[in-house]
Amino acid sequence: MLIGIPKESLHGETRVAATPDTVAKLLKLGFEVAVQSNAGALASFDDASYAQAGAKVVKEKEAWGADIIFKLNAPTDAEIELMHEGQTLVSFIRPAQNSELVEKLNAKKVTVLAMDMVPRISRAQSLDALSSTANISGYRAVIEAAHAFGRFFTGQVTAAGKVPPAKVMVIGAGVAGLAAIGTAHSLGAIVRAFDTRLEVADQIRSMGGEFLKLDFKNEEGGSSDGYAKVMSDEFIKAEMELFAKQCKEVDIIITTAAIPGKKAPLLITKEMVASMKAGSVIVDLAAATGGNCEGTVAGEVITTENGVKMIGYTDLAARLPAQSSQLYSTNLVNLAKLLCKNKDGQINVDFEDVVLRNMTVTKDGDVTFPPPKISVSAAPQAKAETKEVVKPEPKKANPAFKIAALAGLVVLFMLMGAYAPAKFLPHFTVFVLACVVGYYVVWNVTHSLHTPLMSVTNAISGIVVVGAMVQISNSSILIGILAFIGVLIVSINIFGGFAVTRRMLAMFRKQQ
Amino acid sequence: MLGLTHMAYILAALLFIMALAGLSKQETAKMGCLSGMIGMAIALIATFTDVSAFGFAAIVVAMLIGGAIGIYVAKKVQMTQMPELIACLHSFVGLAAVLVGFNSFIHLGVIPSSNCVIPVDGTAEDAANALAQCKDALVQAASKTAAELNTELVEIFLGIFIGAVTFTGSIVAYGKLNGTYKLRIFKSAPLQLPFGNYLNLAALVVSFFLMIWFVAADNAPVFPLLVMTVIALVFGVHLVAAIGGADMPVVISMLNSYSGWAAAASGFMLENDLLIVTGALVGSSGAILSYIMCKAMNRSFISVIAGGFGNAPVAKKDDEEMGEYRELKAPEVADLLKNSSSVIIAPGYGMAVAQAQNAVAQLTEKLKARGIDVRFAIHPVAGRLPGHMNVLLAEAKVPYDIVFEMDEINDDFENTDTVLVIGANDTVNPAAAEDPSSPIAGMPVLEVWKARNVVVFKRSMNPGYAGVQNPLFFKENSAMCFGDAKKTVEDIVANI
Repeated sequence: MLIGIPKESLHGETRVAATPDTVAKLLKLGFEVAVQSNAGALASFDDASYAQAGAKVVKEKEAWGADIIFKLNAPTDAEIELMHEGQTLVSFIRPAQNSELVEKLNAKKVTVLAMDMVPRISRAQSLDALSSTANISGYRAVIEAAHAFGRFFTGQVTAAGKVPPAKVMVIGAGVAGLAAIGTAHSLGAIVRAFDTRLEVADQIRSMGGEFLKLDFKNEEGGSSDGYAKVMSDEFIKAEMELFAKQCKEVDIIITTAAIPGKKAPLLITKEMVASMKAGSVIVDLAAATGGNCEGTVAGEVITTENGVKMIGYTDLAARLPAQSSQLYSTNLVNLAKLLCKNKDGQINVDFEDVVLRNMTVTKDGDVTFPPPKISVSAAPQAKAETKEVVKPEPKKANPAFKIAALAGLVVLFMLMGAYAPAKFLPHFTVFVLACVVGYYVVWNVTHSLHTPLMSVTNAISGIVVVGAMVQISNSSILIGILAFIGVLIVSINIFGGFAVTRRMLAMFRKQQ
Repeated sequence: MLGLTHMAYILAALLFIMALAGLSKQETAKMGCLSGMIGMAIALIATFTDVSAFGFAAIVVAMLIGGAIGIYVAKKVQMTQMPELIACLHSFVGLAAVLVGFNSFIHLGVIPSSNCVIPVDGTAEDAANALAQCKDALVQAASKTAAELNTELVEIFLGIFIGAVTFTGSIVAYGKLNGTYKLRIFKSAPLQLPFGNYLNLAALVVSFFLMIWFVAADNAPVFPLLVMTVIALVFGVHLVAAIGGADMPVVISMLNSYSGWAAAASGFMLENDLLIVTGALVGSSGAILSYIMCKAMNRSFISVIAGGFGNAPVAKKDDEEMGEYRELKAPEVADLLKNSSSVIIAPGYGMAVAQAQNAVAQLTEKLKARGIDVRFAIHPVAGRLPGHMNVLLAEAKVPYDIVFEMDEINDDFENTDTVLVIGANDTVNPAAAEDPSSPIAGMPVLEVWKARNVVVFKRSMNPGYAGVQNPLFFKENSAMCFGDAKKTVEDIVANI
C-alpha cells in the first residue's frame, strides 16, 4: 500500500511525518512511500534525500491520494476535501476536543488513528508520540529559559568573582518535566521539582533533581491512566504555599502541569510572579491549554513589570524540527509495524489489539471514539503493594527458647563433665576453643575469597591422613589396606586442594 | 620424641589458623595458602616418625599416587567446574573418615577377640560370666576404663556416621553440579520422595538407637555399626538429592562443614589434637559459609535442608499484567553502553554455564578504555559455590577491586546509567522486595532496576530456578537481549 506524506499546512509547523531514514524502514515493511515535494524542507530534509531513500517525490494532490496518510497535525477542511473513502489517516486528532473534525472525517469514511490516543502501557511506548514530543518540549523549555536568562546555569568560581548556580523549579514530573530536569541538571543548575504523584520522587532524583515533598497526608495524585488527577482544595492550598515560598528563591520556573481534556491548573499566581527576582524566567509548557501561570500568553514572550520573562511558546517541539520529525516518524514506523505484522505492505486495524483499538477514532464509517477504558499497569498499583511491604522482620528466636537452649547446653556440659572420662576433657577443651578461633577467623574472610577458602579448608581437612598414616603400620592386614586407601584418597585432597587454591589465588589481580 | 611430635602438631595447627586468617584479604591470601602448605608438611613429617619402615614405604606409594592425581586434576580443572571439584574433594574426606573409623573399631576388637570364648553349651549363667570376663578383658587389653571405652565407641560411631553422610552427600552434589549424569538423583531438580523429611528424621532416630545398642551391648557388636553405616550412606544420598540446584552453595558449604566435623571426630578417636583443631576450623568455616548463604536467600537452614524450593503453591496472580518486554539486539546494546558513563555488570550462574566470563572481561576492558566506569555486582548466592563468580572473573583477569559484593554496591544502582544482568535471574528479582506474596519475598537482591537502563541477557523468557516470574523483565527501563550470553557479549564487543 502507498503511504503519503503531505507537507504540513499549519502556520509555523516545521516538522514532517517521515525522514529519509524512516522512509527506508517503511519500504522494508513492504509499503510504498510518496512524499510531497518540500515536505521536509523546514526540518532540513530535502527532496533529493527522500528520493535517494526510495520515496517518490510527488505533488500535493498525489500525496493526499495515497492509501495511508501519515501526518502531524489534524487535517484542515481543505485537506479533508482531498481525501477519499477507504483511506487511513494517522495524525494528532484530539478527538475529545474536536468532535466536529471527527464527524467530517467519518462522513468521508476515512479510518482515523489518533497519535494522541496511544494508551500508556509499556508495549505501546515505542509509538507514544506524546511522550516523544513532550521529551523534546522539556528539553527546549530549558534551552529557551537559558536563552532568556541573563546568567550562567552552572556555578563557577572565576578570577572575576564567584557565580552562583541557577536555581530551577520544575512543576510536573511527566515526560516533559523529567526531560527539563535532566537538561537543567546537566547544564549545572540546582533543580527542584514538584509533582502531586509521590511515586515519581525516585524518577526526579534519578534525573538529578530534588523532590519537593508536600507535608500532606492521605492524598496522592496518581490515577490508573498514568496521568495526574485533580486534587482536593486543601491539597492545592498547601501546594500553593510551597510554590509561593519557592518563587522567592528560584531563578527559573518550568511548569508542565496538564490534566488531559481539561484546562491546565493555575499554579503560579500574579502575586507569586511579582515576588520573583528581576531577570527570572518562567516557561509555561501548558500555555496552549490556558497556562499554569497567571498572565502567560500563548505563543509569546512577555516581560512583567518586575522584569520576569514569561515564555508561553506552544511550538517548543517544532523549534527542534529535525529531532521532532525523527522521533515522531519513528513512532509512526513502530505503528506501521503493529499494523502490518506480516511485513507485506498491507495494514490491518485489529480491534483485538488494545493499542490499535484505543487509537482508532473512526473506522468504516463508524465513530469508535471514545474507546473502552483500559487500565495501565504502571505505577499506582505497585504503590499499593510497596505500602504493604513491611520489611520482613528477621525471624527472632523467642527469648524463652534462647534461654532454654542455653540451659540445655549447660546441662549437657555438666553431664559430660560428670560422666566423660578424664582423658576426653582436654581434647574437648581444644575442640571448643578451636571452634571459637575458627568462628572469628572465618568471619573475616572476604566474600570474594570464599571459593579459595573452601578449597583450602578442603586441603587442610586432609589432615585426616595423619590418622590413616598411624594406622597403616598396624599388624592387622585389613587395617593396613583400609589405611592405605585412606592415605591415597586423602592425598588427592591435600595436594589437589592446595594446588587449586594456589592456582585460583594467582588469578586475583588488582587494577593497574 | 613424643613431645617433639606434639609441638610439631601445635605448630601445624597454628599455621592452619594463619592460613584461614590470611584469606581475609586478597593481599595476604597467597601467604595464607603457603602457611597452610607448610603446616601440612610439618604435620606429615612429624607423623612419619611414628611409622614403621614398611608403613613408611606404603605411605610414600599411596601419597605419590594420590598426590599425582590431585595435582593433575587441580591443574586441569576449569574454573566453571570448581563446584564439582570441591564436592568431589569433600567426598574423599568423608570416605577417609569412614575408613579411619572402621580401622579404629577393628583395632579395638583385635585384642580381646583372641582370648574371649563364650561357651555355647553352658548354662545361661556361664555365658553371662564369660561375657563379663570378655568385657573385662576388652577393657583391660585396651587399658581403658569403661567410661573411656564408651566414649571411644561413641566417637567411632559418630565419626563413621558423619563421614558416611559427607561421602555419599558429596557424591550426589558432584553429580548434580556436573549435570551430565542421567541418574535421577543427579538431576538438578529436587528429588521429592513421599514423606521425604520423615525419612530423614527416621534415619536419625534409628541411628541414635543403634548407637545406644552399639555402646551399651557387651563386646561392641559390629552389626549395629554396619547397619548404621548403610543408613548413613543412604541418608547422605537422600539429603542432597532432595535439594535443588540453586541451593547448591548452601549444600556445598554444609558438606564442607560436615567434612570438618568428620575430621574432628576422627581426632577424638585417635586422641589427636591436631585433627580436632583442624576439624573444628573447617567445620566452623563451613557452618559460617552455610549461614551466609542462607541469609543471602532469606531462608532458614532447616528450610534449605527440607528442600524443594518453589514447590509450594504460589498465589499466581496478575500474570497477564506483567505486560510486555522490550527486546534489544547486540548493536543497540553496544550503543547504549557507549552512551553511558557508568556501567554495572551483575553476573549469575548463566554466565558460568555459557562460559562468557572472558567475553565479559573483554567488554569491561573496552568500556574502560572509553573512560566508562565499569563495576561488577556479585550476589552472595550467584553461582553454585560461595564466591564462584569472583573466581570466574579473576580467571578472566577482571581486577578484583572493581568487583563488589551486594551490600557494597546496592546503593549505587540509582546513579548508574546501565546495568547488564548476565545469566542472573532470582538474585535481581524486584518481587523479592516489592511483593510480599512472592516465594522469594524478603530475600536480599541486587536492586538493578533502580538504574536508568537495565539489559537482561537471557536465553529465553523462562523463569529462573525458583519458578518465580521476574517483574524486572517488564519494567519500563529494562530490555531483554536474548541468546547465548557468550555470543551476545562477543557481538557487543565487536560493535564497540
